[in-house]
Amino acid sequence: MELHDTRQIEASPDLVWAAILNPDVLKECIPGCESISGTPEAGFEAVVVQKVGPVKARFTGLVQLSDIVEGQSLTISGEGKGGPAGFAKGGAKVRFAPEAGGTKLSYEVEASVGGKLAQLGSRLIDGFAKKMADEFFERFQAAVEGPEAPEPAPAEGDAAEGAGAEGKKKGWFKRMIG
Amino acid sequence: MPKDGIGASIKRREDVRFLTGTGRYTDDINLRGQSYAWFVRSQVAHGKLNKVDTTAAAKMPGVLRIFTAKDFEGVGGLPCGWQIHDRHGKPMLEPKHPVLAEGKVRHVGDPIAVVVAETEAQARDAADAVVIDIDELPAVLDMKAAVAGGPLVHDDIGSNLCYDWGFVEENKAATDAAFAKADHVTTLELVNNRLAPNAMEPRAAIGDYDFATDMHTLYTTSQNPHVIRLLMGAFVLGIPEHKLRVVAPDVGGGFGSKIYHYAEEAFVTFAAKQLRRPVKWTATRSESFITDAQGRDHVTKIELALDKQGHFLALRTETYANMGAYLSTFSTAIPTYLHGTLMAGTYKTPHIYVNVKAVFTNTVPVDAYRGAGRPEATYQIERVIDKAARELGLDPLEIRRRNFIKADEFPYQTPVAVVYDTGDYDATMNKLESLADLAGFEKRRAESAKAGKLRGLGVNTYIEACGIAPSHLVGQLGARAGLYESATVRVNATGGVVVMTGSHSHGQGHETTFPQVIAEMIGIPVESVEIVHGDTANVPMGMGTYGSRSLAVGGSAMVKATNKIIAKAKKIAAHLMEASDADIELKDGKFSVAGTDKSVEWGAVCLAAYVPHNYPLESLEPGLEETAFYDPSNFTYPSGAYACEVEVDPDTGHVKVCAFTAVDDFGNVVNPMIVEGQVHGGIGQGIGQALLEHAVYDGNGQMIAGSFMDYAMPRAGDLPFYKVDHSCATPCTHNPLGVKGCGEAGAIGSPPAVVNAVVDALQRAGKKVSHIDMPLSPYRVWSAIQNA
Repeated sequence: MELHDTRQIEASPDLVWAAILNPDVLKECIPGCESISGTPEAGFEAVVVQKVGPVKARFTGLVQLSDIVEGQSLTISGEGKGGPAGFAKGGAKVRFAPEAGGTKLSYEVEASVGGKLAQLGSRLIDGFAKKMADEFFERFQAAVEGPEAPEPAPAEGDAAEGAGAEGKKKGWFKRMIG
Repeated sequence: MPKDGIGASIKRREDVRFLTGTGRYTDDINLRGQSYAWFVRSQVAHGKLNKVDTTAAAKMPGVLRIFTAKDFEGVGGLPCGWQIHDRHGKPMLEPKHPVLAEGKVRHVGDPIAVVVAETEAQARDAADAVVIDIDELPAVLDMKAAVAGGPLVHDDIGSNLCYDWGFVEENKAATDAAFAKADHVTTLELVNNRLAPNAMEPRAAIGDYDFATDMHTLYTTSQNPHVIRLLMGAFVLGIPEHKLRVVAPDVGGGFGSKIYHYAEEAFVTFAAKQLRRPVKWTATRSESFITDAQGRDHVTKIELALDKQGHFLALRTETYANMGAYLSTFSTAIPTYLHGTLMAGTYKTPHIYVNVKAVFTNTVPVDAYRGAGRPEATYQIERVIDKAARELGLDPLEIRRRNFIKADEFPYQTPVAVVYDTGDYDATMNKLESLADLAGFEKRRAESAKAGKLRGLGVNTYIEACGIAPSHLVGQLGARAGLYESATVRVNATGGVVVMTGSHSHGQGHETTFPQVIAEMIGIPVESVEIVHGDTANVPMGMGTYGSRSLAVGGSAMVKATNKIIAKAKKIAAHLMEASDADIELKDGKFSVAGTDKSVEWGAVCLAAYVPHNYPLESLEPGLEETAFYDPSNFTYPSGAYACEVEVDPDTGHVKVCAFTAVDDFGNVVNPMIVEGQVHGGIGQGIGQALLEHAVYDGNGQMIAGSFMDYAMPRAGDLPFYKVDHSCATPCTHNPLGVKGCGEAGAIGSPPAVVNAVVDALQRAGKKVSHIDMPLSPYRVWSAIQNA
C-alpha cells in the first residue's frame, strides 16, 4: 500500500530535522515502540509491539535513515520481523520545507507485510498503515511543537485530539533542546 | 432382485459414523510414544536461504530434534508423475522438489525446517525460536512476465517455462488455414481463477517405524495410498514396498488436493525412523492455504472460427497454465491431457489446436482440483460460443444444437485424440429446455425487472473424460504410472462378502454403492457386503480415487472379481447338485439347475468352499476369494446441459443465483441419491468459483486470501435449490456397469452457466458487456456495468 500526506508543524525546520534524527523522539513517536537504540548513521534497532487484526506480535528490526539531504529530506525505512506472525516492511520519504513560520512536512509511505500478517490481515493493512503513520506524525508534531503549556494546539482537528490526549507530553522535545 | 441393488437410493452407511463423530480420521489416530512435528515455513515468496540457526530452538523444552535440508542429503525429491513433451519433442523442465528447502525458498509456505517435540505446543514454541536468514529476492507471479525474462524460480533449469505444448501439433496448419477462410472469428481472453481446495479435513500424517521388523507405516490423508507408497518408497526415501505400509483411513474430502505426495508425508516417515518414535503432523487451516496444491489458474486466449450460419470451423487457444513453484505429482498432466483432449466439447469442430505454456511462479504448486483441466476447457469453449452467438445474432441454444455431435455419430473421433463412445447431446439439451422451463424465462425476467433486478439466463453443455485411463495410452502420453484399478472379493464361509478395493472413499459413498453392485450381482442383501479400502496392507495394489474413476474403473474391477467368484461358486453348486456348471443359474442368492427344481442357497455354496467335505478337490481349490485388475479400454465421457438464472442488482453488482438446472448423462446410475449429492456438491463448488472464490497473491507473492475471512467459500445462502436430472442416460459401452462417473461434473459444467447468465442479464439491460472474469464479485460486476 502507499499513502501520502502533509502536515504543518509549528516549529522551525532545524528543530524538526534534529528531532527526526533523535532515537528518543523515534521511540516516543513510533506507536508501540518498546525500545530503540542506535544512531542515524548506523541505523536504529527497534522493538515494536503491534496488533494487526487477529495477529499480535513483537517486531524486532532495523530502522535505517537514507537519502539524507541535510535539513530537507530523508528516507526512513525499516523491516520488522515478528517471528511466526510474519514481517512488515515499509519506508517513508519525508520532506521538510519552511512554510508560514513553521515547517511543512510531507511524506510518502509505502508498506508491505508478509507471512501470517499477510495471510490473515492483509485487508487490514491499508487502514493499519495509515493509522500508524498518522499516529507517528501526530506524536512527532506534539513532541516538537510549542507551546510548552499542555493546551491543545490550534486548529487541525485530528492533531488537536491527539495532542489533547498527549497534552502533558506536548513540546517535550522542544523543551529538552530549547 | 434385491430392493437395495443397482438403482436404489439407499442411505449412506458411512454417514452413521460421520454424523455421530465416530469416524476415524488420521488426526484421530494416536500412537504410543507419539511425538509432534511443526514445520517452519518460508514467509517470503522467493529468497536465498542463507542460514537456518536451530541452536536456541534445540534447547527449548521437549524438543527431540530439529530437521533441516542437511538431514535430507541423499534423500530424493518429490517426484512428478507425468512427463510432458513439448511442441518440439523436448521433455519438460523438471526441477528438483526437495522435502525441505535447499538454498532457496520458492513460495510462501515452502518448508525450511521441522521441529519434532514431545507435544505439539512445544514443537510450535520451538519453531518460533528457529532463526532463518533469508535474502528476499524479487518474486515472479505473472505468468507472461515469468516467461519473458522474469526472475528464475529455479536457477538450475534456466527458464520459468516448464513446457510449451501443442495439441495436436499436426493440426496447427489446418487450423490456421480454416481461420484464414472463416466468415467470422470470435475471440475471447479470459482467466480461470486460482482456487484453494479447502477440504473440510486439513491434511495430516503420522509416521511410524518398528525397528524390530524394519517396518514403516504412514497414516495419511490420501486419496490413493498405494500411489503414495510407490512414489515415496521408490523415489523419495528408498523404502521397498514390502517394508512400507500406507494407511489412508477416513478422509474428509479431497477434491484432488489429497492425490499428491507431499513433503510432510515423506518427512514424518523419515523422522519416525530417525527418532524411533511415531511422528505426527496435522496442518492448521492457515497451513492448508499455503501448502495444499491449488487449482486452475489458467490465462487463455481462445478463438472460434465460424461460417455465416454459425457452424464451427476451427478452434484455437493459447493458454498460460500456472504450475506454481514446483511440479506437484500430476500438475503437468492437468493443462495438457486432461484439458486439451476435451477442447472439442460436445461439438463437431473439424480443426482444433491447443497451445499450453506451463509456467513456474513463486506460488503454491497447482495441480488437479475437482474437474482438473476439464473445467478450464469447458469454460473457454462455452464462453466463446456464447460470445459468438451474440455476435452472430443466434440463440445460444440454437448455435449449440447446430454444432452438436449427433446421437447417431458415435463413436466419434474428435480432432483432439479422444474417441467419445456414447452420448446424446440433443436429448440432454431438450430435457434441459423443459426441466428449466426456459419458455417461462421472459415472464420471470419481467417479474425480476419489477423488483429492479436484471435477470439473465445462461446455458451451456459440457463433456468430460473420466475413468482415467487406458494404461497403454497414458503411458504413451507420459504418465509414469498405470491407471488400472484392483479389487479382491473375499467371500466368507458364512456367505458374507468383503471387498478390498483399490479405490478410496473420501466422501463419495463407496461403502454404500459398491455393496449395491455386489448385492445386485449375487442377489444377497447389501448388509452382507463390507468394503475395505485405504490400507496397502489389506487391499491389492490400486491407483485410488480421482477423476471420477471409482465406479467406472474400481467398480469394474470389483465386477470382474465378482464374476470370477460367481463362476467358481457355480462349479461348487454344480458339484453339490450333481449337475454341469454350464446349467447353473444364479438368481436372488440361489443357484439352480436350469429346467429343474433343484437349487442350493448362496450360503451353502460358500460354506462348502471353506468346509470342503463334499467338494471337487481334484479340479477346484477350496475357498472363495478372487482378485481382479481392470484396465479400461477408453475413458468414459459423461456430458450434460446446464442452465443458470441469475438476478443482478444494477446498483450493487451483486449476483443472486435464482435457479440452477443440471441435466447430466452419467450412463447407468447405481445410487441416484448419491449421484444427486455429488452433482449438488459439484455445482456448489462451481458457483463458488464463478462468484466467490479466489486465491489471491499480492505483488510480493504473499497469499492474501489465506483464511476464511478473505477466501470466500460458498454458503447455503449463496446457492439455490437445484433441479437435477440424469434420465438421459447413454450407458458407457466399454465397462461392465455402463457407468461414466459423476463426481466432477457439477464443478465442470456450472461456472460457464453462471457467467453466461450474468453477461446475458447485462446485455439484456443494454449494457455492452461481453465478458467478466471470475469470480464475479459485486465490485467486478458493478465496475463492468459502470464501464459499459
